[in-house]
This record gives sequence, structure tokens and C-alpha cells, in this order.
Amino acid sequence: MKSRADVVIVGGGVNGCGLAYNLAKRDMDVVVFERDYLTSGATGACGAGIRQQWSTRDNTLLAIDSVKIFEKLSKELGEDIDLRHGGYLIAIHDDKEMQQAEKNVEMQRSLGLKVDILNPQEINDVVPILDVKGMNAIGATFCPTDGHANPFKTTFAYANAAKRCGATIYTHTEVVGIKTQKKQVTEVVTNKGAVKTNIVINAAGVWSKDIAKMVGIKVPNVPIRKEIMVTERLEPMFEAMVISFKDGIYFSQQKEGQIIGGIPIPEQKVGYKTMPTVSFMQHMARVLTRYAPVLKHVNMLRHWTGFYDVTPDARPILGETKDVKGFIHCHGFSGHGFMLSPMVCKLLSDFIVDDKKSEVLESLSLDRFKDKRIEHEMSVVG
Amino acid sequence: MKNKAIVCRCEDITLEDVEKAIDEGYTDLEELRKKLRIGMGPCQGRVCIQIIMKILEKKTGKKVSRRDLPTSRPPIVPVSLGTLASDEK
Ligand SMILES: Cc1cc2nc3c(=O)[nH]c(=O)nc-3n(C[C@H](O)[C@H](O)[C@H](O)COP(=O)(O)OP(=O)(O)OC[C@H]3O[C@@H](n4cnc5c(N)ncnc54)[C@H](O)[C@@H]3O)c2cc1C
Ligand code: FES
Repeated sequence: MKSRADVVIVGGGVNGCGLAYNLAKRDMDVVVFERDYLTSGATGACGAGIRQQWSTRDNTLLAIDSVKIFEKLSKELGEDIDLRHGGYLIAIHDDKEMQQAEKNVEMQRSLGLKVDILNPQEINDVVPILDVKGMNAIGATFCPTDGHANPFKTTFAYANAAKRCGATIYTHTEVVGIKTQKKQVTEVVTNKGAVKTNIVINAAGVWSKDIAKMVGIKVPNVPIRKEIMVTERLEPMFEAMVISFKDGIYFSQQKEGQIIGGIPIPEQKVGYKTMPTVSFMQHMARVLTRYAPVLKHVNMLRHWTGFYDVTPDARPILGETKDVKGFIHCHGFSGHGFMLSPMVCKLLSDFIVDDKKSEVLESLSLDRFKDKRIEHEMSVVG
Repeated sequence: MKNKAIVCRCEDITLEDVEKAIDEGYTDLEELRKKLRIGMGPCQGRVCIQIIMKILEKKTGKKVSRRDLPTSRPPIVPVSLGTLASDEK
């Protein structure tokens, strides 16, 4: 094992590998530790969606800038990440949701996003298989440049490119401790050896809480168990991701033809239990066939669980705090850490390499919870 | 012709695809699965996972532990959404 590094990253998900690439590209000597295999965390369970339609300005900005990076990523990394702009169609069910949608759209448009409010007829123009009455929709918002990409391919492509730039990735290697001196990170200890470093990035997903505890920092994140399913492959029928905040459902058809989607169930709890439930399969099937009755003859192939790493305002925790120098937060993605990863990795790398601060990083610092400067993200699904 | 042997029928993956991915460094069964979609078809890997496990063991010289086999993911056999939806209780 290497004895020292400029930066050590804990976690081999899309954010850990994305950071490794961004930093190695800028000539930093980078080491990544992943205790299992790459994509074994939330990245491996991800719904693949990329959405720019958010209620908070920060998330919208991060997502818009991330899409710009996603668009160039296959070429830059030399591997196809299967990006597709099918758009996101967000159902609106009542006047209250319409008011929030109008507010969101106004803010999103002010940031340059192309997004429209659709009437029921226009919903069917975008996704013909939807039963607008069954959905109880009075309208929808639609952004054509939203879409999806393959999270596994993205992560592997980042990891391969990072290695080509000189990064070292150790899988099956668990971080068990972090040493500090005078409130400065000095060493990362694993079950297979230790590496001296002044900077460690906590990109351990839902386990980031445990990593933060190693340097005495308490973070407010909670793990929430989510289930998601996939059907058999079908002929292409629609390109948009369909979501509803009220019903909690999201579903889309992927490049290979399968439909993937998820929905929360009442049994969904805080905790790390992973067994998939029968009630999820039933509830998902009921709501999905209510939205798109033609799907009732389609087979569900499998479903699996994963965790959202949820913060009190449903927004990520990024950057350094004064408590421990060299300890960088990159977690708390609350169910949308794939779509934000390109910009998050860039902002954090610019901060580490150039000491560059940004408005977004400031507002997503862990300190916001101390000062009670929080604005809740409303547009969370699943 | 010899490398055209199909190892995953559902997803149409050949022996050559698998060996190439292992050479590129995808040496975990789960990484192979996520890279190539092996085991994600309607049979859920019943046909292919054991074969791929053997190929991986032969190429890396390391035993794949039972623990590393993909977990079985319900409903195990394909079930129509209509059937699942109608099961009101
Ligand atoms: C069902 C589901 C659907 C989702 N859908 C979407 C979506 O449509 N769009 C979207 O943008 N996001 C979605 N998300 C969220 C997204 O998947 C995550 O936010 C994102 O993948 C987080 O990536 P990450 O790299 O930060 O963390 P993770 O992928 O969780 O990676 C963290 C890694 O750290 C490793 N680790 C933990 N502890 C240690 C240790 N001590 N030592 C070494 N390694 C350690 C873990 O093994 C893990 O591999 C979804 C999540 C779930 C569960
Ligand atoms: S043969 Fe590989 S999934 Fe069926």
C-alpha cells in the first residue's frame, strides 16, 4: 500500500470515483478506499435519473451545471455512460401543487432552464401510455433536457480515467480510523495498512456518519431504506422519467427497454434492513398500472433495496468545517447524489486544489444546521 | 469461432466479453454483473452465474466465496404487474 497521498477518498461510489478523477486530472496524488467493490453502495441501487427541476436554487444550479458536464462526459472519459435526454415529467395533482410548480418554474427559468407547464392533453403527447385520469393529474411540468445515464458505467468510467491519471483505488479495503493532530487530518488507517495525508474526503454515502465520527464530528444524516424494481425489456414506448411527489412514484424506460421505478411504502423505515418486501411489489404494481394501465401484462423481474442518506433539509453536506482541517464532507445526498455528482466533484476539487470557495459550497456547509440557516428542498421523490 | 460461446443467454453476453472485462480489472462478480448486465435477464442468472463464477475463478486463480454471489432478488420468477396489483388484501 502507498505510504502517503495528497488526498484520500473514503468510498468507491459515483462521488468517490468522480472526485478521484477530478483530482487526479489536476495532478493530485489520490488514493481511494472502498471496503467492498466499486458501486456497492447507493450508486449500485440507483434509479439513474438526472433532473434539474428542483425547488431550491442551489439544487437547481448544481443540477443544471451537472447536466452540462454529463453531456461531455462520455467523450472526456473515453467510455459511454449512456446519457439520454428523455426529460422529466412531474405530475401536478391539485391547486396547491400547481402553485408550488408555478413558483418552481419561475425560479428554474430565471436560471436559464427550459421547462414548461403542460395541460393533460400535452402530458399524453410526451408520454402516450399515461392515463391522465387514472393519475388524477391536472397538469405537469416538463423539462426536455432532464434525463438519465447509467450510474454503473459512469462510476466505472470515472474510476478507469482516474487510474489513467495516476490515482490508486483499493477495493475490499475498509477505513477503520482517521488520525488528527492539532485539529488537522494526518493519517487514514485501514484494515490493510495506513496512508499519511493532510486531506481526507468523506464520500462514504449512508456510512458517512461513521466516518465523521472517527474525527469527532457529528452529522445529522439518517439512512432511509428504499425499494426499486425493474421489468422485463420492452419495445421503446416513452423516453421521459415520470414522477409524482404526491404518490411518491417515479419510473422510466431505460436504453435496453426495461422499466425501472420505485415508490415509498408505509413500512419504509429509518435503518439498515435490506430485505425487499411484498408490500412494495404490490403497491408499486398498483400505482404503476393506475398511471399506465397498458403495463399490466408486463412482468416485474426483480426488485432490490438501497438507502437514501437523508439530511434534515434534504440537501447534501459539502466542504470543510473549522472543527477539523483537511476533513472534507461529501454526503447527505438524500436520494439525488448521482445527478449532482459531476458538479459536486468539480466544486470540491476546485476547493481542494485552488482553495476556491463558492456560494453553493458555503450554503451547503455542515454549519448551516448550527445557524439554522436551512431551506428545505421540497421536490424529493421516492 | 471458439470465443463466440454465449455464457449469458438472456443478455447475449459471450465468453469473450466476460474475459475481456476481467482483463480490464472487473474482478468482482458484482462488478462484472453491473458492467455486462449478466444475471439481470428473466432467468436472473440461474443459467449463467455459476458459469461466470468458474470463468472468474480460472482467470484470477482466486475462489469466489458463496457470500459474493449476487443475492436473489424477488419476485424470483417474473410476475405480471397486473397480477401483483390485483392481489388486494
Ligand atoms: C433506490 C434508489 C434510487 C435512487 N435514484 C436516484 C436517481 O434516480 N437519481 C439520483 O441522482 N440519485 C438517485 N439515488 C441516490 C444516489 O444513488 C446516491 O445519492 C449516490 O449514488 C451516492 O453516491 P456516493 O458515491 O456518494 O455514495 P455510495 O454510492 O453510497 O458510495 C459510498 C461507498 O462507501 C463505501 N464505504 C462505506 N464505509 C466505508 C469504509 N469505512 N471504508 C471504505 N469504504 C466505505 C461503501 O461501501 C460505498 O460503496 C437513488 C438511491 C437509491 C437507494
Ligand atoms: S442467462 Fe444470464 S441472466 Fe439469464
